Amino acid sequence: MTELTKLTLAAALDGLKAKEFSSREITQQFVDAIEGARTLNAYVVETPEKALAMADASDAKLAKGEGGKLEGAPLGIKDLYCTKGVRTTACSSILGEFTPTYESTVTQNLWDEGAVMLGKLNMDEFAMGSSNETSRFGPVVNPWRRKGDNRDLTPGGSSGGSAAAVAGDLCLAATASDTGGSIRQPAAFTGTVGIKPTYGRASRYGMVAFASSLDQAGPISKTVEDSAILLEAMCSHDMKDSTSLNVETPDWRSDVSKGVKGMRIGIPKEYRMDGMSAEIDKLWEQGIEWLKVAGAEIVDISLPHTKYALPAYYIVAPAEASSNLARYDGMRYGARVDGDNLTATYEGTRAGGFGAEVQRRLMIGTYVLSSGYYDAYYLRAQKVRTKILNDFVDAFDSCDAILTPTCPSPAFAFGEKSGDPVEMYLNDVFTVTANLAGLPGISVPAGLSDSGLPLGLQVIGKALDEAACFRVGGELERAAGFVAKADKWW
Amino acid sequence: MSARTPYVIKGETGDWELVMGLEVHAQVSSNAKLFSGAATAFGADPNCNVSLVDAAMPGMLPVINKFCVEQAIRTGLGLKAQINTYSRFDRKNYFYPDLPQGYQISQFAHPIVGEGEIDVDVEPAHGGDAYSFPCRIERLHLEQDAGKSIHDMDPNSTYVDLNRSGVALMEIVSMPDVRSPAEAAAYVKKLRAIVIALGTCDGDMEKGNLRADVNVSVCRPGQYEKFRETGDFNHLGTRCELKNMNSFRFIQQAIEYEARRQIEILEDGGKIDQETRLFDPVKVETRSMRSKEDAHDYRYFPDPDLLPLEVEQAWIEEIRASLPELPDEKRARFEADYSLSRYDAGVLSADAEKADFFEEVAKGRDPKLAANWVTQELFGYLNKQDIDLADSPVSAASLGGLIELIANDTISGKIAKDVFARMIEGEGEAAEIVEKHGLKQVTDTGAIEAVVDEIIAANPEQVAQVKEKPKTMGWFVGQVMKASGGKANPKAVNDILKAKLGL
Repeated sequence: MTELTKLTLAAALDGLKAKEFSSREITQQFVDAIEGARTLNAYVVETPEKALAMADASDAKLAKGEGGKLEGAPLGIKDLYCTKGVRTTACSSILGEFTPTYESTVTQNLWDEGAVMLGKLNMDEFAMGSSNETSRFGPVVNPWRRKGDNRDLTPGGSSGGSAAAVAGDLCLAATASDTGGSIRQPAAFTGTVGIKPTYGRASRYGMVAFASSLDQAGPISKTVEDSAILLEAMCSHDMKDSTSLNVETPDWRSDVSKGVKGMRIGIPKEYRMDGMSAEIDKLWEQGIEWLKVAGAEIVDISLPHTKYALPAYYIVAPAEASSNLARYDGMRYGARVDGDNLTATYEGTRAGGFGAEVQRRLMIGTYVLSSGYYDAYYLRAQKVRTKILNDFVDAFDSCDAILTPTCPSPAFAFGEKSGDPVEMYLNDVFTVTANLAGLPGISVPAGLSDSGLPLGLQVIGKALDEAACFRVGGELERAAGFVAKADKWW
Repeated sequence: MSARTPYVIKGETGDWELVMGLEVHAQVSSNAKLFSGAATAFGADPNCNVSLVDAAMPGMLPVINKFCVEQAIRTGLGLKAQINTYSRFDRKNYFYPDLPQGYQISQFAHPIVGEGEIDVDVEPAHGGDAYSFPCRIERLHLEQDAGKSIHDMDPNSTYVDLNRSGVALMEIVSMPDVRSPAEAAAYVKKLRAIVIALGTCDGDMEKGNLRADVNVSVCRPGQYEKFRETGDFNHLGTRCELKNMNSFRFIQQAIEYEARRQIEILEDGGKIDQETRLFDPVKVETRSMRSKEDAHDYRYFPDPDLLPLEVEQAWIEEIRASLPELPDEKRARFEADYSLSRYDAGVLSADAEKADFFEEVAKGRDPKLAANWVTQELFGYLNKQDIDLADSPVSAASLGGLIELIANDTISGKIAKDVFARMIEGEGEAAEIVEKHGLKQVTDTGAIEAVVDEIIAANPEQVAQVKEKPKTMGWFVGQVMKASGGKANPKAVNDILKAKLGL
């Protein structure tokens, strides 16, 4: 039997449409693969019965020549998305066995297009983390290993489950979400493609909130084209989200093959950081070369406030989180630890329900919003945010897209960075700027490190110009010819 | 209209004055909540008017209800206030079981309505003259109400009803322009009249749909004037906030008690702690709820789930054009068109229902007579019996019929009161009652003369006396009225008696 799980989303959709195989067949293969890959800990809820029932429904439609754009395609869903009747906890103990009675807009859009749900994917608790080590269900293991080294590596975070599931062929593609790099960094760590669209492209309705002004849905997939297909289906204008943009979703799939001839690609000098590894630098130079050869004009640009981005991000995001997560008080749903009085119940519930990293960020967020500190921290961070946005606006006067590395390093082993929060936060140094400015950013695998691990390049586009990300991303993908897969060891 | 005189409280060490600013919470009349589609109807079973947003389920987002914004703008226009085309929602963070989100969405830094002013008509409780004063409005902002904690259903548990959670409130904040308990009550009355006339709040205080917090401080005479000149609050005393009062009587009682309490502390050499206090209507006293030290740090910040609220000037003008006649405009019209006193015009225009009733009675009739009968006889009766105007046993048309009989001398004012009492009893229209009981006024001078002659003949002693003391003629009037069963026209009786007695 052919290994249908190895197909790209585009190829699988073609095969389903051509009735080369049924949705039940491919779904069953994924169900089996998931069962065999529990070591990776990518899925926190498996929904095989639901998946097969959805597959059968898709097959009935496909048989009649009907069906949506994703008809019959088995996908994994990050546990951040509320899914009706399927436990949703954002991988936090505080949500207990919470099972929504409602569906997030993004996942509803996927089901409306005929997608099949395989289950819920592991993630850092409330999407706070860059290594998936903060999940209530334990870390996800990266399918990739260093050459000649059997140590488990992190798939990155917070969408570590999504990235590992895609890299390990445990779904055709997955939903993910990105607040400071949570799509792009795990994609880079696992040799997959991930895009965070412009803020407001996809609805946040039914997504468990981390930092409202930064959170954005997006896909992780095997190819740039697959990301285009899935992102198109995820995005929509939603009256239930006041920050959702009332714009048409373009045909991004066709952008992937357009090439970069005549495009001006900006190279920000501030992203060349001290202590950045030589292999990352080399990869970046290689990316520049590929685009030049493909007919793009390379432009040196400056984003002068870049160095303030990470500190600003680690003020704004925790501030919003400290308020967004106040609703987890044990009063209406989720886990409750009863105390002798109301305060004791609050304290017990929140101390017991939130993990250490979440507690750290809630305390930081509470602190920076406190009377007497608000101006010095939160307000100043918001001003920095405006400056960062203006940097991009100015830079885009002279370029159409910006090329940077996705991360300062390849995947690391568990425990290597979890001892020092600041070192962990530095993972986001290249990705947070796009969140702060609300811009689209894609990560594309472009090569292997000396230790044999995938490395990613990031393309940042103008607001609403995901098309540029897909054009440049598509070109990088073709030039890199990245076909390496993790050896199946699990 | 008389002048505003300072309200002075005599203390052991001299005179004191009061300074107050009020925060009124008015529930927006709207079928749906401020940020969710859930219903707002009063009296639903607990937790039945609750959407996923109101219960703060994971991933739920607020979406502004445009109608509530319109209502806030309409109210702002009614307060002659600045409407801000840019406003913003902030989160006020605190934990409480009836606050599911862990924050209240409110407008802290940028309210939708800025400064305005209203004229407040005061009718002092202790018999002073009526007067009016301008009260400046500082701001009006939109915010969510919290749910309700119910502590008395179970000895060990608190129950929470989220039906109110997310209901739209307008918080209307006054400047510290209010100077007596009666003025405070009158201010709330006036606001209530305005929002009712606008249809932006039903003003139902019993249901808590309109409630007031009063910031009370005391100062020595002259200090307030210094404050007004400089804007420096140091000229004023430390304030205490009296929370959540929902009756005019409670507002006045609470202020009177609180003023006394503060004066006693100050005269004993103490100082006032800035705190929030609750009024206990049973004990008629205020007690501390929380001190400034216990005050929450609400960590206000702009709600990232909501965009700033930007409204078009054209929309504001559209709303302005649709405003109904407001109480002040109505009062001015009543003064001009019906020649009513400012006081009567004020009473009758304070509430649209009363005003409409009066106008129906007054239409084509003597407006002063109509105003007297409506305010004194009818409202007097309804107030005494605690009956709503809508349930009045005498309709506007019926009362108008009675007034016509007085105006055309068919009955005297005195007889009319008797007829009115019978109308209340349900005997029917005034004309029928007059007919049935033969109450028609006797204006036939011949008939009256006959009675007068009879009485003069029968009482020679009194006749002799009245020549000495003309004031005793009243006795003759009484006798004639008695003999006519009250039906004789009083003016005719007087004229005939004077002539016959040679006075």
